Amino acid sequence: MDEKTLIAKRVALELADGNLVNLGIGLPTLVARYIPAGRHVFFQSENGIIGMSGPIVGAENPDLTDAGGNPISALPGAASFDSAMSFGLIRGGHLDVTVLGGLQVDEEGRLANWMVPGKMVPGMGGAMDLVSGAKRVIVAMQHVAKGESKIVKRCTLPLTSVRRVDLVVTDLAVIEPTDKGLVLKETAPGVTVEQVLAATACELIVPADVPAMPL
Amino acid sequence: MKKIIELADAVALIPDGAVLMIGGFMGVGTPPRLIDELVRQGKRGLTVIANDTALPGIGIGKLIAAKAVARVIASHIGLNPETQRQMIAGETEVELVPQGTLAERVRAAGFGLGGVLTPTGVGTVVEEGKQTVEVDGKTFLLEKPLKADFALINAKRADYYGNLEYALTARNFNPLMAMAAETVIVEAEDIVPIGVIPPDAVATPNVLVDYIVAKERRHG
Repeated sequence: MDEKTLIAKRVALELADGNLVNLGIGLPTLVARYIPAGRHVFFQSENGIIGMSGPIVGAENPDLTDAGGNPISALPGAASFDSAMSFGLIRGGHLDVTVLGGLQVDEEGRLANWMVPGKMVPGMGGAMDLVSGAKRVIVAMQHVAKGESKIVKRCTLPLTSVRRVDLVVTDLAVIEPTDKGLVLKETAPGVTVEQVLAATACELIVPADVPAMPL
Repeated sequence: MKKIIELADAVALIPDGAVLMIGGFMGVGTPPRLIDELVRQGKRGLTVIANDTALPGIGIGKLIAAKAVARVIASHIGLNPETQRQMIAGETEVELVPQGTLAERVRAAGFGLGGVLTPTGVGTVVEEGKQTVEVDGKTFLLEKPLKADFALINAKRADYYGNLEYALTARNFNPLMAMAAETVIVEAEDIVPIGVIPPDAVATPNVLVDYIVAKERRHG
């Protein structure tokens, strides 16, 4: 299993039956493939739909895409709406879970994921609203990028929100930000606690028992 | 049908330097013929308020490539490298606004509100230069209304009065922008007789629409 699949599978276990979920562009979109059997999850795309699925190849509708502009299909029971409604759902506490990619998460559980000054300024899109408003924020990202840990003492990149995220799932570990600090909850299969600590640029709280991800 | 206007005449109403709201999300729900005509007429110095600048060669991406735009107010420009290049080179000014805040700022203008209070952006660079307001112990940013001279709207169907129906995710910012501009120009996929769009399906009532672009004449 590659790293992205591992992260997506682990995140998928967090989604409960009946949840309204928004998946960010990139790695988070993979999560939809691994929803445990028997759970029905409603996926929202912030461009204005609940109840999306992959496209019907050859019958793509130009008026029906995800937030990345890729064709999708609307499942029976889907609903479409304008951008104010879409972000009302997000900001108004109606969205159960948002899964986003990350550039950095710090000791206080704060996320930076929308720009690298001087290098990459794509814009925040819906990320700031999603992190501010979702009931639960899950960050899905590689633990280390270009030799540097993405879990840091204090974010050096501009913050997406000051809200503490609820869970961080990486290719090495599951980490829960709390008011006492970052708690190591699980390690990836074959990864030791020491390896996680070595790949992390800040303190982690390590409980007596750290199980492997239940994949 | 006094609202129906030829494409070239509709775009000729828009002067250089005008402030435009343009519906759409990554080109989906952006009026394609109005964009092409803005490029053909060589408009310059436009301010574009839109969710994004799409991709090169698509939707608003064509206006960016044609150097028609002096200023962009958008939530995302990441999929258009040309917008980023122009921003870094100082050719185009870009104001980035969180997407939900952009929607609410447009809505506030169209709905006659003095602004909106949102938790989005508190404690981030988005807060810089803005007033914060505390309500029942929670901090919000005061975000001001956004208005435009023209709104360029893409609808699935318009009837002869100008009632509009939208399709799926092509709806996005269109109904909000149709309320927030001095002059509203609509490009619809179909123009249908009055009564064809059921009242429940009308998302933009006709009184908001100033012009409907005539359909392209195609034969064979």
